[in-house]
Amino acid sequence: MMNILGIESSCDETAASVVRDGREVLSNVISSQIAIHTEYGGVVPEIASRKHIENINPVIKQALADAKNPDGSSMTWDDIDAIAVTYGPGLVGALLVGVAEAKAIAYALGKPLVPVNHITGHVSANYLEHPDLKPPFMCLIVSGGHTNLVVVKDYGEYEFIGRTRDDAAGEAFDKVARSVGLGYPGGPKIDKEARCGNPLAITFPKAKVDGAPYDFSFSGLKSAVLNYQNHAQMMGETINRADLVASFQKAVVDVLVEHTMEAAKEYGYKQVALAGGVAANSALRQSMKEACEISSIDLCYPSPVFCTDNAAMIASAGYYEYMKGNTASWDLNAVPGLQL
Amino acid sequence: MKLLALESSGLVASAAIVDDDVLIAEYTTDFKKTHSQTLLPMIDEIVRMTDTDLNSIDAIAVSAGPGSFTGLRIGAATAKGLCLALNKPIIAVPTLDALVYGVGPTEKLVVPIMDARRNQVYTKLNDVSTAMDMHELIAELNKIGREVVFLGDGVPVYRDQIEAELKVSHSYAPAHLNRQRAASLGALALTLEPMNADGFAPEYLRKSQAEREREEKENNTGNVR
Repeated sequence: MMNILGIESSCDETAASVVRDGREVLSNVISSQIAIHTEYGGVVPEIASRKHIENINPVIKQALADAKNPDGSSMTWDDIDAIAVTYGPGLVGALLVGVAEAKAIAYALGKPLVPVNHITGHVSANYLEHPDLKPPFMCLIVSGGHTNLVVVKDYGEYEFIGRTRDDAAGEAFDKVARSVGLGYPGGPKIDKEARCGNPLAITFPKAKVDGAPYDFSFSGLKSAVLNYQNHAQMMGETINRADLVASFQKAVVDVLVEHTMEAAKEYGYKQVALAGGVAANSALRQSMKEACEISSIDLCYPSPVFCTDNAAMIASAGYYEYMKGNTASWDLNAVPGLQL
Repeated sequence: MKLLALESSGLVASAAIVDDDVLIAEYTTDFKKTHSQTLLPMIDEIVRMTDTDLNSIDAIAVSAGPGSFTGLRIGAATAKGLCLALNKPIIAVPTLDALVYGVGPTEKLVVPIMDARRNQVYTKLNDVSTAMDMHELIAELNKIGREVVFLGDGVPVYRDQIEAELKVSHSYAPAHLNRQRAASLGALALTLEPMNADGFAPEYLRKSQAEREREEKENNTGNVR
């Protein structure tokens, strides 16, 4: 039995969690800064970093207090076997707070320090609620910062087969939401507005990347949405906002589903998983579900709280990294552009 | 009282163990590696070299700012993590106070200048830590009229300007005194009150660029939130 404390601070959530054996969430504390960054229309890195340093100790303390031993008592440091921390990719100043804190705790306690790639954390979020899920499987990771198609070959073993060439899917949601006056964060707001709109009202282009069948590109789509608005404004036409965002959302979802299904078929996997903040999008879930049913592929995705940034997913990924013998030394640095 | 002192507010990384009036160990580097790579290995080195039991440390002293935003936070997060795991208090030491304290007793006016970019320095004058325009600071020093000793990483940046504009006699602190050092930080910390580390955050003396720009915009439009 192994209890891992996970720490996550790569963007605008300060989070800590204790997870047992990579699967069982014993505590999951998230201090979100969304309200602060909403005033600026997006995450301000320096403000995020300042908030992390204020929040981090109380968040970790709460994660320990919430985690219970089998006898019902709150956990103490003695009950923690290793510290796992996100060291990239993300905002460098934000990452550094979690990394420095995790290093100091692991050092002071003489416990192993496990470095975790944030993206593999998102993948691992699926292990938290699906006890039967085992590699290999195909995973689509979609969030405000990332869009990746990943082959999960084994625990802690990943092959990235597709990525975005420009904007992340969630970033496109944010930018379009801002342009139509829905504000930040764009994902949930567009999801809600699109339910009242007709997704077939406007046909937007689906970008393909030549020679890279699983790569994504969303900046062209974003520009098409902006052009549509400008054109309507010039012609003095009123825009049906719900139709516009529903059509935009469909264009994003279609390409995500198509790439994922093609990849699953080519690699011969009968299991697909979704991860990342955009995996909470109801249209993506529905469309992926339908496509998987047609092809007799099993689909799983995390609850919304484990789709967006959290530390339970980091503790889970950290468990499998630790099982592989992957620990860090005291000179571990944050790597904002970390790849696999 | 035995303290572990951490300094990472500028380019210098420094760690020291101070036990009342004994400096047990100090490790200071002024090198291009990031504090994230250097600070904890340096702590580990002095702790092992001196067979220090971390639990025998009474408090962690840390440079509280101003300085490099990221540097301050690496020090702060390291200190807060140590305090949380060891259940010890923190002592927040104002960076400029520690710089001045390192020079020791003198009749001269000790003026720390840390490069704050945008033609400003972080300095301490008349007991107030502030971000100040360099012209303004020199004018103020001319008015005060006392002999000045400068120190800090602002010296190489503003030395020519000081030589051109400062009318009072002045000198520059030598290498062993002219940058942040954890030994002076720790020594000064012995005179300050320990506090719970959970609520500690650095004193940046400057808002983030996004906040400044928003305020300027609001001031220009007369739109007060």
